[in-house]
Amino acid sequence: MPDLTPADDSTLIRIRGLKTVLNGKTIFDGVDLDIPRGKVTAVMGPSGTGKTTLMRHITGQLAPDAGSVVVDGRDVPRLSRGDLFRLREKIGYLFQNSALLTDFSVFENVAFPLRQHLRLPEELIRNIVLTKLQAVGLRGAAELMPSELSGGMARRVALARAIVRDPMLVIYDEPFVGLDPIALNQVVKLIRMLNDTLGLTGILVAHEFSAVKRVADQVYLIAAGKIAAHGTPAELAADTSPWTRQFFGGEADGPVPFHYPARDYALDLGFPEARA
Amino acid sequence: MSQKHSYQFGTGLFILLGFAALAWLATQTTSIANYRQGDSYTLNARFSNVGQLKLGAPVKIAGVRIGSVRTIEVDPAKLDAKVQLSIATRYAELPDDSAAAIFTSGLLGDQYVAIQPGGSPDALKDGDEFVLTQSSVQLEDLIGKFLAAGGPEKPAEPATPAATPTP
Amino acid sequence: MTPAGKPRNALAGGIAQIGACGLFLLSILAAVPASLRHIRETVRQVWFVGAMSLTIIMTCGLFVGMVLGLQLYYVLSIFGGTAALGTVVSLALYRELGPVVTALLFAGRAGTSITAEIGLMRATDQLSAMEMMAVDPLAYVVTPRFLAGVIAMPLLACVFNALGIFGAHLVGVAWLGLDNGTFWSNMTSSVDVWKDVINGLWKSVAFGAVITLIATFQGYTTPPTSEGVAYATTRTVVFSSIVVLALDFVMTAFLM
Ligand SMILES: Nc1ncnc2c1ncn2[C@@H]1O[C@H](COP(=O)(O)OP(=O)(O)O)[C@@H](O)[C@H]1O
Ligand SMILES: [Mg+2]
Repeated sequence: MPDLTPADDSTLIRIRGLKTVLNGKTIFDGVDLDIPRGKVTAVMGPSGTGKTTLMRHITGQLAPDAGSVVVDGRDVPRLSRGDLFRLREKIGYLFQNSALLTDFSVFENVAFPLRQHLRLPEELIRNIVLTKLQAVGLRGAAELMPSELSGGMARRVALARAIVRDPMLVIYDEPFVGLDPIALNQVVKLIRMLNDTLGLTGILVAHEFSAVKRVADQVYLIAAGKIAAHGTPAELAADTSPWTRQFFGGEADGPVPFHYPARDYALDLGFPEARA
Repeated sequence: MSQKHSYQFGTGLFILLGFAALAWLATQTTSIANYRQGDSYTLNARFSNVGQLKLGAPVKIAGVRIGSVRTIEVDPAKLDAKVQLSIATRYAELPDDSAAAIFTSGLLGDQYVAIQPGGSPDALKDGDEFVLTQSSVQLEDLIGKFLAAGGPEKPAEPATPAATPTP
Repeated sequence: MTPAGKPRNALAGGIAQIGACGLFLLSILAAVPASLRHIRETVRQVWFVGAMSLTIIMTCGLFVGMVLGLQLYYVLSIFGGTAALGTVVSLALYRELGPVVTALLFAGRAGTSITAEIGLMRATDQLSAMEMMAVDPLAYVVTPRFLAGVIAMPLLACVFNALGIFGAHLVGVAWLGLDNGTFWSNMTSSVDVWKDVINGLWKSVAFGAVITLIATFQGYTTPPTSEGVAYATTRTVVFSSIVVLALDFVMTAFLM
């Protein structure tokens, strides 16, 4: 039985023996992982390994088939819907595609979590929202609609929305995808700043090792349903295991095969005699 | 914010419009319209049999509605039905020798009071009674007369189609 | 999706869909108390599904009434009964055409936009984002649209009926020369508030509920792709039309 109590206060999330099967496909097969408080932890891995799925386990959107997921001392898969919602109020989530509410202006998008959960005077809501928008540099865009924003701006609005209630944990799911180098650097800077100034715990899912090096305190590399490597960015960069070499070296073939599993090539091409 | 208020205002207008339509339909196109009338005066008529006549049934001249049946009660002395008709004031010039009859609209429709105007120069006044009335024709009576006459040559009341049988 | 030609699987799939839709209805109803906290959202949806459908409802109501006026005048004149035009038109509208035609127009106008909107919210993770902000998307997105449909549909049907009667009056009295008094007095002596007007409204309420149920269900469960949203929108129109007509028969048989 894994240790469920927060043995030390420095660990915010503790995952033990995680097993997940989706549609008959094994996504996780015994994953152990710790996310320390007040640090930025990067989760990396090839596309489709289950990084988003891992985040969905942490936020209770999906229950694992086995293993424990403990967040802030609470066993997430066993929480009631009400308790889960109370936990989520303390988690900010930045979606891969921003997921701004298309019906509302930038201001109302950022104000949404406040309006839904707190009865605050309009004046105060305005102040909080404008402060967060100022932090991401978009106070001037408050009255725009989401359809009028560029990808980078939308990502920053979503970031402002994720932190508007001063959460204890912010999850960034692939925040750099589709951003130009300028916007990418802005988001990198913001994540680091939020972590430094507010002491937020961050989980960063990303592929860009150069960006990860600048923000993350530690890195988990997930591949084939297991933790393939774990350490500080510098340690991983120096690591020589085939997984890390392929992933960070960007080689096309390696432990992650180039070819999707298939029948014999010669058979498929209609040369059965080639087998004989 | 202003956007939010305009939604609420527009939604309010829409709901008001819907209820206005409902109110109009319910009061102007249904039998409720018959209870609600302008100024009216009352005339009385006595029938030996009112058949299926109902409260609120129309009173018509030449097929056009001019009022409605207000009360139907039995006169304890004469043992016939006394029917109060309320007639719109703008039809105040009914000759005092007019006749009231109970007819059926269509073959199987509801019954109504038809007034056949007379030729007298004097008009009926509020509270007056029709001198001439013709009761509802009962299907049983019709059949009875038909059988007594011994054949189909001479139908009893060709002008008035039969009412539905009385319970 | 398995290739066609497996009717048993299609049947089982259809039954499973109906079951899922029924459970979805239960969860919508369970979310009604929570959605009262977002009452503004319901008001906004009454605007979108109701008020925004007014133009099409009013135009179609007027033309349906005018056509009814013409056609029934012709039929009634064969029997010498044109005096009954107002009665026949209003009864046809109250009992059948008002609720049914309004419902079919509503399915095309509001049902599709509900499905597309919710489907896109699903495809762009907006529903998951709400979940993550501890806001129940059923209470915030689905139930307000459902309530709005139930509220808006009978009101739209009333407007449709009023315009229809107006259209028939236009044709019958103003154009074909029926007597105005005869038109109305025949109508008022035959139409009953409860039996005709109110029973027709019950139909509308039921149609509003099933159409928004189907529309929200299709949108909520659509595969999160643009193709999925397109198919879901089509299914909303097809399914709600069938269900409305079938339900109309059942309600007519048992209610009227
Ligand atoms: N709801 C689901 N049902 C079935 N399979 C899923 C579901 N969600 C994700 N998957 C599968 O799980 C795998 C991991 O997905 P995901 O966590 O999104 O990967 P990524 O690491 O790229 O974020 C993918 O192969 C995907 O096809
Ligand atoms: Mg992902």
